[in-house]
Amino acid sequence: MQTGSAALQLLVAGIGTGSIYALIALGFNVVFKSTGAMNFAQGEWVVMGGMISALLFASFSNIGIACVAAVLIVMMVGILSERLVIWPLRRPNTLLITLVSIGLAIFTRSLVMMILGKKPVGYPAFSQTATLTVGGITIQTQTLWIIGLTLAFLVIMHFFFERSIIGKALRAAAADRDAAAIVGVKVETTVMLSFAIAAFAGALAGAIITPLTLSSYDQGAMFGFKGFSAAMLGGVGSLPGAVIGGLALGLLEAFGSFYISSDFKDAIAFAVLLLILFVRPSGFLGRADVVKV
Amino acid sequence: MSVMPLKTTSPALRSPAAAAPAQRLSDHARLLIVWLVLLAVPFVSPNSYVVSLANLMLINVILIASLNLLMGYGGQISLGHAAFYGLGAYVSGVLGVKLGWSPWIGLPVAALVTGLSALIIGIPALRLRGLYLSMATLGWNAILVVMFNRLIDLTGGPNGLLGVKPFAFGTFALDTDARQFPLVWLVSLLVMVAILHLLRSRIGRALRAVATNELGADAVGINSFRTKLLFFVLTAGMAGIAGSLYVHINQYASPETFSVSSSILLVVMVALGGSGTYWGPIVGALIYTAVPQLLLDYEDAELMLFGLGMLLVLILSPSGLTGVPGALIKRFSGRAS
Repeated sequence: MQTGSAALQLLVAGIGTGSIYALIALGFNVVFKSTGAMNFAQGEWVVMGGMISALLFASFSNIGIACVAAVLIVMMVGILSERLVIWPLRRPNTLLITLVSIGLAIFTRSLVMMILGKKPVGYPAFSQTATLTVGGITIQTQTLWIIGLTLAFLVIMHFFFERSIIGKALRAAAADRDAAAIVGVKVETTVMLSFAIAAFAGALAGAIITPLTLSSYDQGAMFGFKGFSAAMLGGVGSLPGAVIGGLALGLLEAFGSFYISSDFKDAIAFAVLLLILFVRPSGFLGRADVVKV
Repeated sequence: MSVMPLKTTSPALRSPAAAAPAQRLSDHARLLIVWLVLLAVPFVSPNSYVVSLANLMLINVILIASLNLLMGYGGQISLGHAAFYGLGAYVSGVLGVKLGWSPWIGLPVAALVTGLSALIIGIPALRLRGLYLSMATLGWNAILVVMFNRLIDLTGGPNGLLGVKPFAFGTFALDTDARQFPLVWLVSLLVMVAILHLLRSRIGRALRAVATNELGADAVGINSFRTKLLFFVLTAGMAGIAGSLYVHINQYASPETFSVSSSILLVVMVALGGSGTYWGPIVGALIYTAVPQLLLDYEDAELMLFGLGMLLVLILSPSGLTGVPGALIKRFSGRAS
C-alpha cells in the first residue's frame, strides 16, 4: 500500500473512532454543564446502547428498530438514574455528584453484566455491503454510517441548544442557576434533561460502533475515559469542543498506532493529550477558567 | 449547584480549645492506642492469612490516608494515585530484581522517584483548577499502565514482576506474614503521625485554606499553587512508599493492581471513610481490604452490592461512614445539654 492511501485510510478510520469519542464527550459536557461534575457513568451507557441493541436485534432482526429502541431505553435509564441517585442528594456538590456517579457506574456495569451477560455481543453492519473501495482505499461502510449519524446528531443538538426553548433553558441554567430559576427555569429538571441527553448520546455511540468492535460489559470505563479525555482536549463544556477533541483523539490513536506502535497506542494518545493540555490548558475551544468569588 | 470543594474538618483538628468535650484524648494518643491494639493482630490471628490481610490493610491505610490528605483536605481530585503506588512498586521491585539493590534502598528511592514524577506533572497541572488535575493524573495512570504492561524486559509485562526479594536484616529475611507485620505497622504509624503533624502545621492550615477558597487563600498571602504542589508531591511520595512495601511483601507486582480503576476505587474509599476526616482512611482501608474477601461468595453480585452500598452511603451520609457516629454523638449530646 502506498503511503498516501494508507494515510487517507487512517484518516477515515480516525474520523470514525473520533466521532464515537465526540458523542461520548458531548454527553460528558452536557452533564458537566448542568452539575459541574464528572459523570463516570457515561461510558456504561455506551456499552448499554450496544448490548441492548444486540439483544433487540436477536429478537426483531431489524437493526434500525433495534438500535432506535435501545437508544431510547438507555435514555430512560439515564433519566431514571438521575431521579434515583442525583436528585435525592440533599446538599449536592461537585465532588459528591462525581462520587455518586462512580457508584452509579459500578452498579450499572454489574447490572449489565448480570442481565445481558458477560460475552461480547455484536450484530452486522447497517449496510449489506461491508466495504467500499474508493480511489484505492478501502472504507468500511459502517464507518460512514458512524460519521453520518454523528454529524446528524450534532446538527440536531446544535439547533436544540440554539433554537428550542428547552435547549435555551438548559443553557441558562448552566450559565447561572439562580438567575435561571428567577426567570422561571425549573433548574432541577434541567439536570434530569442533561442526563437524558448524555445517555442518549452515549447509547447512540454504542449502537453504531458495535458492528465494528462488538460490545461487552467491561468496556464502559475505557469509553468513559476516552470521552472524558476528548472533552478535556476540546475544552470542557463546549459543544464544538467535544467534536474537535473527539476527532483529535481518534486521529491521534489511528496515526499513532500505525506509525509508531500499536502496543503503546493508549500511552501515545494520552501523552500527546497531556502535552497539548499543558501548552493549552483550557483545551482547543475552552475558555479560561472563569473565577467565581 | 455551586462549584465548591468538599471541606469537612474533623473537630479534633481545629484548635485544641474548640475540641468537643467528648474528645478527651488527643489524636496522638488515640493513634497510638489504635496502633497498639493493632499490634496484637499477629498474636490473636488464627492463621497467617489474617496477618497477610492486616499487612495489606495497613499498606492501604498509607495509600488512602495520603490520598485523603490531597483530596479530602486539599480538594484536589487525583485519578492517578494507583499510578504512584505502582510506580513505587515497580521502581523498588525492578531495582531489586535487575540491579540487586536492597529493598531498604529501594524504598526511599521509590518515594523519591514518585515524588519527582508528581512534581513534573504537578507543575503544569496544578496551575489551574477544576478537572485539570484529574485529567492529568488519569492520563499519567493510563500511560504508566501501558508501560508496566509493555516494557516486558523490565517489568515482566502482564505476567507481573517476579522474583522480588523481601526486606531483610542480614540473613533474617522478612519473608513470612508475621515477620513483615512489624515493618508495615511501623511505617503506617509513621505516615499517620506525619499526616497529623502536616495537618496541624502552617502548611496544613494553608492547604485547607486553599481547598476552601483559592482566591481567598492567595489574598491572605498563601501561595496556593506551591501549597498544592507540595502536598501533591508529598502524597505521591507516600503512595510510592506504600508501593515499595507492597512489592517486597508480596514479592510480586502485576499491572492490574495499579489500573485507573484502582485509582478511582481509592477515591471512593476516601469518600466512604469520610473525605477530609483524619480517621476516615482507616475505615476506607478496612473496606478496601475486606470487601473483596467478604463478597467472594457472591461472585457476580459482588460489584452490584458494592455499588449499591456505595450509593446508599453517599446519599444518606455524604460525609462518609466516620460521619455517622459523629452525627449521632452530636445529636445525643445536644439532647443531654
